[in-house]
Order: sequence, then C-alpha cells, then structure tokens
Amino acid sequence: MSRYTSGTDADRREMLETIGAESVDELFADIPEELRLGRPLELRDGLSELEVLDELSRLAAKNAHADAETSFLGAGMYDHHVPAIVDAIISRSEFLTPYTPYQPEISQGGLQAMFEFQTAMSELTGLPVSNAALYEGPSAVASAAYLAIGATGRRRLVVSRGLGPHSRESLATYSVGYGSEVIEVGLDRGLTDAAALAEAIDEETAAVFLQQPNFLGAVEDVEALAAAAKEKGALVIVSCDPVALSVLKPPGETGADLAVGEGQPLGNRLDYGGPSFGFFCATEEHIRRMPGRIAGETTDVDGRRGFVLTLQTREQHIRREKATNNICTAQALNALAGIIHLSWLGKQGFVELGELLVRRTAYARERLGAVDGIELINDAPVVREFAVKLEAPVGDVLDRCAAEGIAAGYPIGRDYPEYENGLLVALTERRSRADIDRLAEVLGAAVAEFRGSEQPRLAEGVAS
Amino acid sequence: MADESYPEELRYHPEHDWARTDGDEATFGITWYAQDALGEVVFFEPPDVGSEVSKDKTYAEVESVKAVSDVTSPLSGEITEVNAALTDKPEAINSDPYGEGWLVKVKLSDPSELDTLLDAGAYEKLLSES
Amino acid sequence: MSEEAAPGALPTAPTSVDGGTPMQRDRATTIFEHSVEGRRAAVLPQCDVPETPLEELIPKRLLREAPAELPEIAEPEIVRHYNRISRRNFDLDTCFYPLGSCTMKHNPRLNEKVAALPGHARLHPAQEPKRAQGALELMWRLSEALSEICGLPHVSLQPSAGSHGELAGLLLTRAYHADRGEERMRVLTPDTAHGTNPASVTMAGYEVVKVATDERGGVDLDDLRSKADERTACLMLTNPNTLGLFDENITEISSIIHEAGGTLYYDGANLNAIMGRSRPGDMGFDIVHVNLHKTFSQPHGGGGPGAGPIAVSERIEPYLPRPQVIRRESANGGPAFDLDFDRPKSIGRLRGFQGNFGVFVRSYAYILSLGGDGLKEASETAVLNANHLLAKLGEGRAGRYAPIAFDRRPMHEFVLSGAPAKKELGVKTLDIAKRLLDYGFHPPTVYFPLLVDEALMIEPTETETRETLDAFTDAVEAILAEAEDDPEVARQAPYTTPVRRLDEVGASRRPVIRQPLG
Repeated sequence: MSRYTSGTDADRREMLETIGAESVDELFADIPEELRLGRPLELRDGLSELEVLDELSRLAAKNAHADAETSFLGAGMYDHHVPAIVDAIISRSEFLTPYTPYQPEISQGGLQAMFEFQTAMSELTGLPVSNAALYEGPSAVASAAYLAIGATGRRRLVVSRGLGPHSRESLATYSVGYGSEVIEVGLDRGLTDAAALAEAIDEETAAVFLQQPNFLGAVEDVEALAAAAKEKGALVIVSCDPVALSVLKPPGETGADLAVGEGQPLGNRLDYGGPSFGFFCATEEHIRRMPGRIAGETTDVDGRRGFVLTLQTREQHIRREKATNNICTAQALNALAGIIHLSWLGKQGFVELGELLVRRTAYARERLGAVDGIELINDAPVVREFAVKLEAPVGDVLDRCAAEGIAAGYPIGRDYPEYENGLLVALTERRSRADIDRLAEVLGAAVAEFRGSEQPRLAEGVAS
Repeated sequence: MADESYPEELRYHPEHDWARTDGDEATFGITWYAQDALGEVVFFEPPDVGSEVSKDKTYAEVESVKAVSDVTSPLSGEITEVNAALTDKPEAINSDPYGEGWLVKVKLSDPSELDTLLDAGAYEKLLSES
Repeated sequence: MSEEAAPGALPTAPTSVDGGTPMQRDRATTIFEHSVEGRRAAVLPQCDVPETPLEELIPKRLLREAPAELPEIAEPEIVRHYNRISRRNFDLDTCFYPLGSCTMKHNPRLNEKVAALPGHARLHPAQEPKRAQGALELMWRLSEALSEICGLPHVSLQPSAGSHGELAGLLLTRAYHADRGEERMRVLTPDTAHGTNPASVTMAGYEVVKVATDERGGVDLDDLRSKADERTACLMLTNPNTLGLFDENITEISSIIHEAGGTLYYDGANLNAIMGRSRPGDMGFDIVHVNLHKTFSQPHGGGGPGAGPIAVSERIEPYLPRPQVIRRESANGGPAFDLDFDRPKSIGRLRGFQGNFGVFVRSYAYILSLGGDGLKEASETAVLNANHLLAKLGEGRAGRYAPIAFDRRPMHEFVLSGAPAKKELGVKTLDIAKRLLDYGFHPPTVYFPLLVDEALMIEPTETETRETLDAFTDAVEAILAEAEDDPEVARQAPYTTPVRRLDEVGASRRPVIRQPLG
C-alpha cells in the first residue's frame, strides 16, 4: 500500500474511464512483454510510521555519534554548534520543498538567500565572485581544475600534498576525463615544500592547488607559494576551511584566483559526511567560466527590486556539451544553512569564534606535546587542528580512548604513510579546556599502555 | 531594436553573418535576422587580436539570456581589431547590427572568397525560403 | 488560488492589482541591509585557556587585517528576515508543482525526523567503521534495495546528484574500455536528452554524438545503427524518455549498442514511471543513476541537496568508486559492515567521505514505508495521474492550442506543444507559464525537450489528488479562454506574485551578484 497517495478504487475507475483505458496494466502496454518484471519486487512489505521510526532508531543507536562521546575528529568536517534557528528556518516548507528557482517571480526567497550567501562567501574569501554552492569540498576542487583548464588551455595540475587526500583523489579521478596530469609536491615539516613547488610549475601548468590551513592543520604562507605560479601564468587555487577565514588573511588577498572548499562547518550537520555544500569563489575575470547557479540582482517590470538566476548560458541546460560544468541539482538548502549560521555569528562573533579556536588549539597542542610518547609533527601556526605522532600503534590507542568515551582524532597513516601512527586532532567551540585536559590524560595513558607493542595497525578494521 | 534591413553594400554568409570589405580589409557582424532570432544580446566574447579565422568556421559566440549562438566567419584572414565597446554595451548588436554592433575587423588572406558570398537580394531570398 | 468558483464556471485570477499586493509593496532588503554596528546574536563560550594575543600564535602577515563584513544583527531579526523572505517562495507543501522531469512528490516528514536522530545527524564521517555500524548497515540495505529496483547487482551511493552519477558512469565506461585495451571516444545521446548528459560527456573527455528521434518519439533506430560502431563508448538514455514515452524498441537499442561494444547508461530521472513494473537492468542497461531527490522523496530544498547513487552490472563492478560498503561475517558470526578501500581497478573517489548520507536515511525510510508493493503502486498512480491529466486537458482548449507533441500514451509525464497557442492566440508557452502563477500553480517545465516547439513538460506525480489535477486543468482552460479574448492578459502576467516579470537581460548584461558593502 503506497502511503502517500490518495486514489480510491472509485477514483481509479473514473480516471481510467476518462483516459479510455480498461485497466492500469493497459497504461504500461508499451513495455514489451519480456521486460515486464512479472513478480513482486523482493523488498519487505511497507511498514507503519512507528515501525519505520523503530527500525531507523535501531540503526542510529549503533553509531557512536558526537553527542555520545567527546569527539576530536575533523579532517574536513567539524562538530560545530549549529544554532537552533538554522534547523527552524531550513525546515520551513517554503525553503525545504521547492526546487531550483526556474520561475523567479515565485522564488524570491530562495534567490535572495543565494544572493546573500554569495555576498558572505565573497567577504570570507576576499574574492568578488561567488556561486550559489556546489556539492561539497573535494568535488569543488575538481571543478576548479575544470575552470583552470578552460581558462588557460593547459592541462598540468600541480598539487600540494597538504591538499586533503579526498580532494587529491577526486582531482585524480576527474583528471582522467579532463585529460590532465596531476603532479604532487611534498611537504617539508608539515608545510608545502616551497622550493619543490616552484620547480614543479612550468609553462604548461594550468593551476596550483593549495589548502589553507593544510590537511595537517598548518597555516600555509599562500602569498609566498602563489608567487611562483603567477610567474608562469598558472592559476592559484586555494581550498580553505571557511571558519579559519575568520582570522586568516583571505585567499583573495594572498594571490588566489579561485577559493573553494567544504562548507559543512557553516551551519551544517555532520550527517556522516553529507549533504553539506561546496563553495566556489573567483576573481572577476572568471565570472563567465563559473560552475553552478549564480543569483543576480535586477528589477521587475514595475521597478521593484528582485533576484534571478543569472549568467545561465554557462550552464548545462543551455550550453550542453560546452557547459562550464555539468552540475544541476546542488545544495541550495545547505548553503542557506550556511548564510543563517554566518548571520547568527555576525561580524564580531565570527572573529571571536576564530580566536577562541586558535587559542584552544594552541593550548591543546601544548598540552599534548608535553605528554610522554606524543610528538608534534611540526611547530607551524595552526588554527583549529594539528597533527601529532604517537609512539604507539594508533589503532590500539584509539580503541582505548573510545572505550573511555573519547574520539581522539583522525589517524593519518593510511593517507600519509610517512606519518605512521600520526593523529590529526581537531577542535571546535564545543570542546572545552576540560575536554582537552581529559584528552591529554586519556591519550597519554593509552600511549603509555601500548608503547612498544609490536604490530602497529590502522584503525579501520571491523569490530568482532 | 532596429528595423529589419539588409544593406546593399554588404555581402552575406548563409549562416547569417555579414562582411563589409575594403580591399583586403573587412569588418564582420551578424545580420538583423540573426540578432532577432537570438533575442536581446547580453554578451559577446571576442576572439584574440592576431588570431586566424577561416571561412565557414566559428570564431566567436554571442549570448542572449537563454541561448548561445556561434558566429561563423564569412571569409578567411587574421583578426586585426575587435569591437571592445561591446563588452559594456552588447545591446548595440541588437540596436545597430550593421554599424555600432560590428564584431571584428579582419585582414583577409584570400579576398577572392568574397565571390562565394551572397548579395543582399540573394540573402533575403534565402530568408524568405527558410 | 482565487476564491471558490461556482460549479462549472472557470476559475478567475486578477489581471491587475492596484498599488500592488502587500508583498509587492514590501521592498526586498537583504540581511546585510539590516545590519547595525554593534548588534549581535551569537554568544560564544568563554575563553577558558590563556588569552595569548593572536599575533603571538600566528604571524601577523598571515592574519586578516579587517573582519569579514558579516551582518550585525540580533537573533529575532534574523528569524524575522528569513521567515519573511521564505514567504516569497512557492513550495510543494502548499500547492501543486507539476515540474516535468523533477518528480515533485510529497516529502514525508517522517523522513526528516529519522534523518535528524543524533545517531545519524551527529555522526562524524571520519568515525571508524566499527563505531558506525548502523550507518554502514543502512547504506548497505539501501544499496540492496536500489539494486533490486534497478535490476543490477552492484551499487555505489557516492555520487552527489544525477549529474554526478552521470560523470561517474562515464568514467566507469572509460575505465571498462581502457581495461580491455580499447579506445572509444564517442558517447551517443538522443536529441531529447537532459542538458546534463552532454555536459557530463565533455567533462569525461568524450565527444557527444547526437541520435535523432523518430516520429513516434523514440530513438531513431536507423540513425542509431549508422552511428553505433567501434568508436562508440556508450549510449545514454532515459526510458521513459524526456517526452514521457517508453521506448518500445529498447531491446533492439540495447543489442545494437552491445553488439557495437559500448555500454548502456540509464539516466534515472524518470525511474518513477516504472518501479516494480520494469527494470533498467533487465532492459540491458549497464549503469543506472537514481535521483534520490526525485524518485525517493528527498525534499528538493530549493535546488538540492540530492543524491545520485549508481547501480551497475557485473562487468562494470570492478571500477566502482572507492570506498564501497561491504558486509562481512564478523568473528562472532553476525554480520559486520565495513568500508572497502582495496579496489585496485576503481576509478577512485568523486567526492569526500561516504556521500550524502542524510539523503540516504530519508530515502531508505521512504522505501521501508512503501515496501515493494507500495513502490509499484506509486509508479502506477504516477502514470495514472499523468494520463488522467492529459485526457482532461485534451478535452478542453489545451487540446487545440497546446496538444501533445507526440500523440502516444505517455507514462508518468507528457510534453505538450504550445505552438498553436503562439500562432493562433499570440500567447507563448512562457506566457501560459507566467499566467499559471496567478492561478496559484507552479508551471510545468518549459522549453524542454528542445525538439518540441514551445514545449510544456508536465509531471503530476502520484501524490496529487484527482481534484488537484482537475483544478489545474481548469486553470489552463481559463488561461486559454482569457487569451482568446485578450492575449495581453497572459503576456503581461503574472500580476499577483511578490515581484512581476524580471529583467533578466539587464541582470546578465551587468551582473550584480553580491551586495556592495562598506
């Protein structure tokens, strides 16, 4: 029984009569006999609302979520406090249930929210042009490469190893389609190796990819790194943590042509990785190569202020195979959550958040660095995340911490074999000094316990 | 928007482009019919000065709000100038397609190609048949 | 909608509003324009660690010189602002939204509730698999369900939306051919295809080759035969196609492509027509993307989020994106779920983490609610509704001024051509669409597919009542009747919406895409 339909048997009879068909089967007559399924789908029978709730609750209960433990997990998504107004506003039917604003006269709310979002992202990144969001971070990085290839006519992509592993992997995947080559430049004490980067950039290089702060949490000197790219006419693309831009010099002021990134820290749930949004900002000259929707201000026939989707000739529904990107449905609701959160933080609150994170992270790094058996990977400046090396198998250590109710961090050894037993520790405003002290204590005890134990293993196995 | 017209002194390409020639120099644009079919032009992306264009090949795009149209080169040669004023005022392509709305100037590599183009009468006949 | 009409009478809508409606008189102001220096909403936790000056922690030259110009505004005003602008949106919860190809079906609130459970919403994506067993089990079960519905054995949930699924499918095709040592660079798409198809083809490094549509609205077999050869990598198709018509020759199409050595890709935008009735896998498709935000009830959010999982055949499986959710026997005998990264032939990642998990939760709840029978009935009702709406429209003036483009029985959606209305009444499809707004309906998809002149693409979905469909029919009838009297009414519409027709030309010529500040 379909739960969300209204048709009674009488409705069905009358409708079939109007149509001039004997049966519903007749409406499917174009499907050749041999392609008709001819048996019920092998799915369980429909459940009542209560039963669905029970089943989904059963599954949810098997997840160690961020309220069930003290979490220092980051690596691209962060456990920020999402203000209550975000959920209240984005669950309004008027925002939740329409689609892309194809009819601007009845979509002014959504279009205006996009315009406000674009303004805020432009402010954060220091770049004049923002779109109304892409899917999420790493695929936004890959979309930036498409723009760079189109803009420069070159196909070589130089990538810092400080760019997050998911972004580098996505770039590699998309590059097969782009026909581009990805050259990776290593890190030197946790920061992009400036000399190696300069050497890797040549006249065939379309773009250089950096991350700010980089995956290990360290703040890069983007301005210095960008210089070599500028010299060779390559674009500088910076993937950034939007929350870090509360205190860090915006990419637009450090030579970036494009600033992209993962928007989850702005008003979006963790949701085990999505949906969130990706942002994409650029200098003025790339406005007509931008991917995705862009809202613009205009007036109606009576002179009223209004908003429309603009520069649509870039997009797939018009330019088809020559489009600047294939994206259609993106993440409008998630971007709305982002602008609400930013408005709530406000000009002052956003800076205060950044400063709080910098100070607590400095404190945490000092506390952990002082623990026997924990070594800092570098002493570069950090905003909200830092990397350490444990003198004990990271998997065992993490298991022990989890048993104590702490998700101590993200093990980086699988992505960075050179940092075997490395751990990335992230903070948000939800992690207090007391939480940090407890982390130092529990992590320290766990390292002491497993120090010198033989078989290091990565924490990715399945519980038995 | 201008009234429909096809000046006698121009030569026409069946893809709705015109050329005004003076020796081995030519100016290109799109015809009244082309701009009318496209609607209000919002953007013209000029090619680079110094680039080569070939007869019957696309050399630029003009855009309206909901359409992109390739511009076909009526003759071959090298671009010597582009109409930079269109960047700020693309509507000139609609209001004055044969004057202010010109697109590029070209030094022709083979002026004899001119013979293959249509005169105004032949072009108008083509339009009436389509 | 206007006030209740007498039985038999056509509905009416205003043709002018003196001085504007209250909402029209309310000039739009942005959140930035409400900003007043010194105001704020957020109160952050006290700093409980040493308040070292920032410059001592991060060198000054790496720091921002001036704060980002975010709004300065108190919470009540933020709430009021967004509530007010929300009322300038039309939404599916309030009225009929027959936007063709978008499957605007009801969004059950149960699904929102279960997605918001902390175990789902608050689960960090980097949580170790052994501590995220519920999430992985849900993903595995959803994959199994999609596999059964599509008739293909393997699923990746990773793609973020339909076009992302298309790109994934094309990269899978590349990997498949490359692994066989073949270089095939052409992808065939019908001229009725969604714009995302050719755009994805180019991003995947392929060349688009268009295939013509025959007089019955299906793939032109002769044209297909002449274009399918050893250079063909793939054919991308929707079935039913964007005209809402089921291609009766699908078996023949499938064998032409497979004999030529290509793969067959199914754009799942129209899956809502055939659930439980027919399966893309059984039709011969190798790769299918499913739009969870269309067929499986994820709210459209004003343009996302969505999700575009792909289901594939055995021969494509080795190349699926990394990581895959797998089920193993655990040491104690029960099932255990894990992320499998060890996939040497994989095309790799297309995005971060595991995909749009929150969307998976909602769609899984939807599938559980309906069950196998319910899904089949949903498709049957969607098709019944579309055919009923078409029949009713055909009885009135639409039958004359906006007839069906290809006169065949459609599935879940159908395409009308407003060409006669344009010619005989001087009213374009755009005008009909704009006038529908005054009658309180969202217009159909317009000017698509491209091969239909003045196209109106209508998809009512299964969750609408017969009364709603009939009210929509009455509105179209009233608009065409008005146009017979005075076409100017439609040409100037809408009259009652928060703003009237907007200057899109000006917006494109001189783009203003952010608020100027400071």
